[in-house]
Amino acid sequence: MTFQCDDRTVLDDWLTVGPSTRLTGRSSTNPYRTKLLSSDVDVWRDGQGKVVARCGDSTLMVQDAYGYLWICPSGKPTKTIFSFPEYAEPGRRIVDCDGIGVAVSGLRMVENFLDMGHFPYVHAHYLGEVPQTEVAAYEVNVDESAGEIWATNCRFYQPKTSKSATTGLDVQYRYRVMQPMSAILYKTAFPRPGEMDAIGLFVQPHDEESITAYCLLAYYDDTTTETDLLSFQHTIFGQDKPILENQRPKRMPLQPGSEVPTRCDAMSVAYRRWLKARGTSYGAVR
Amino acid sequence: MRLYDYELSGNCYKVRFLLHALGIAYERHSINFFPGREHKSDQFLSEVNPLGQIPVLEDDGLLLRDAQAILVYLASRYDKAKAWYPDDACLRGEIQVWLATADEITRTASAARLHDALGYTQFDIEACRAGAHEVFRVIDDHLSVRQAEGAQWLVGDRPTVADIACFPYIALAGEGGISIDGYPALRQWLWHFRSQPRFIGMAGIMALDLTHH
Ligand SMILES: N[C@@H](CCC(=O)N[C@@H](CS)C(=O)NCC(=O)O)C(=O)O
Ligand SMILES: [Fe+2]
Repeated sequence: MTFQCDDRTVLDDWLTVGPSTRLTGRSSTNPYRTKLLSSDVDVWRDGQGKVVARCGDSTLMVQDAYGYLWICPSGKPTKTIFSFPEYAEPGRRIVDCDGIGVAVSGLRMVENFLDMGHFPYVHAHYLGEVPQTEVAAYEVNVDESAGEIWATNCRFYQPKTSKSATTGLDVQYRYRVMQPMSAILYKTAFPRPGEMDAIGLFVQPHDEESITAYCLLAYYDDTTTETDLLSFQHTIFGQDKPILENQRPKRMPLQPGSEVPTRCDAMSVAYRRWLKARGTSYGAVR
Repeated sequence: MRLYDYELSGNCYKVRFLLHALGIAYERHSINFFPGREHKSDQFLSEVNPLGQIPVLEDDGLLLRDAQAILVYLASRYDKAKAWYPDDACLRGEIQVWLATADEITRTASAARLHDALGYTQFDIEACRAGAHEVFRVIDDHLSVRQAEGAQWLVGDRPTVADIACFPYIALAGEGGISIDGYPALRQWLWHFRSQPRFIGMAGIMALDLTHH
């Protein structure tokens, strides 16, 4: 076994090892080296520009998609990589925010991303504001054919929803979980209120309790500088980081009897149920 | 006045904190520190800071680098009450000790955080953490003597630029895998610092009062 992981559901997923730009200036003799599922992985482009990935003596299944590198650790993916149509949609601007290291389980990271309830406390004056703390009811559905969870008709009042926002706004949200460690959220684009911006969260699990959380924007915003967009997103992630790192246990409680903590909202509950149903255990309490 | 700034930088936060405390309006000029490494670009090196570091302050024709230098400058020039950098030889001497210590905290605790959070794998993480613990021990010892005497701050009887300079990377130590559980006096001082009336936080250091802006 190349990786220290016996969770088939994660081994058969596509896991990111970071933005494709990591390969600039790299080669087989000087590869990009990173940690995935407790093992060192080397990645580079061969003479034909094809991405190659190795772990010890094994060649890995790897692909370049949406500006990111994706590895299927088992080499037997259950699905092709998830669709991300917004990435190529005309009129959207793609901004890669790169990744921030967080000492927490990847499952906890994704659950936090799906939770609107923490906005007024953790992202005060940006994504929420005390006392407007109520999360209005929304719908959660599992798309069985795609194997994804969707939360729709979510909304939240936000004092400053994005860098371009000049006033508070009742922001519409949609969430989509494509794999246990990959999710996308859609939210009202401040400069174009009829459209929704997309924010991808791609988690690279270094091990069960430490990850890098990458963030990719597909935004309707032609005016804000790239630096300002990055700065806003890093601020939000930087606010989440200590909260995540102080969660105990660091792993997601999924064992029998741990169901439905009262602080969780419908999406967290659905995510945990879905993880249990598909048998995901990597990064969970066992 | 213009500050070359990055939100996640504790050294930039020191300057933002004092500017806010003094009620000075300024332009926040964001640098693409990560992932862009704009502070290492030819233009930044030649026009802003040859050391390739932030913060840098531009004020009235002056271009000043180094958080500690900027704190001393701002307090000397704009703090009419002379509270943050008191006009007293002994106090200034003591303050200088902690301004130099702040740089040692940057070299150790901040480096550990850059390693863990922003992928600065070139740093020797264990050496950074060990170095941070050495500095924290010294500060904790100093503060426990001070607290036994009924004092709360590093120097004198009110917060000074010394406290501002040492605060952020101690508050953010956990992000570099450095626990401050073993430093009770340090923790009490952090709490006092965060309880100041004009306290502002940064990403990773929450304000105690969420309704305050
Ligand atoms: N002594 C300087 C150190 C500043 C410093 O280390 N800044 C960091 C950001 S917090 C930086 O620019 N690092 C880039 C580098 O040193 O290469 C100060 O206190 O301002
Ligand atoms: Fe958050």
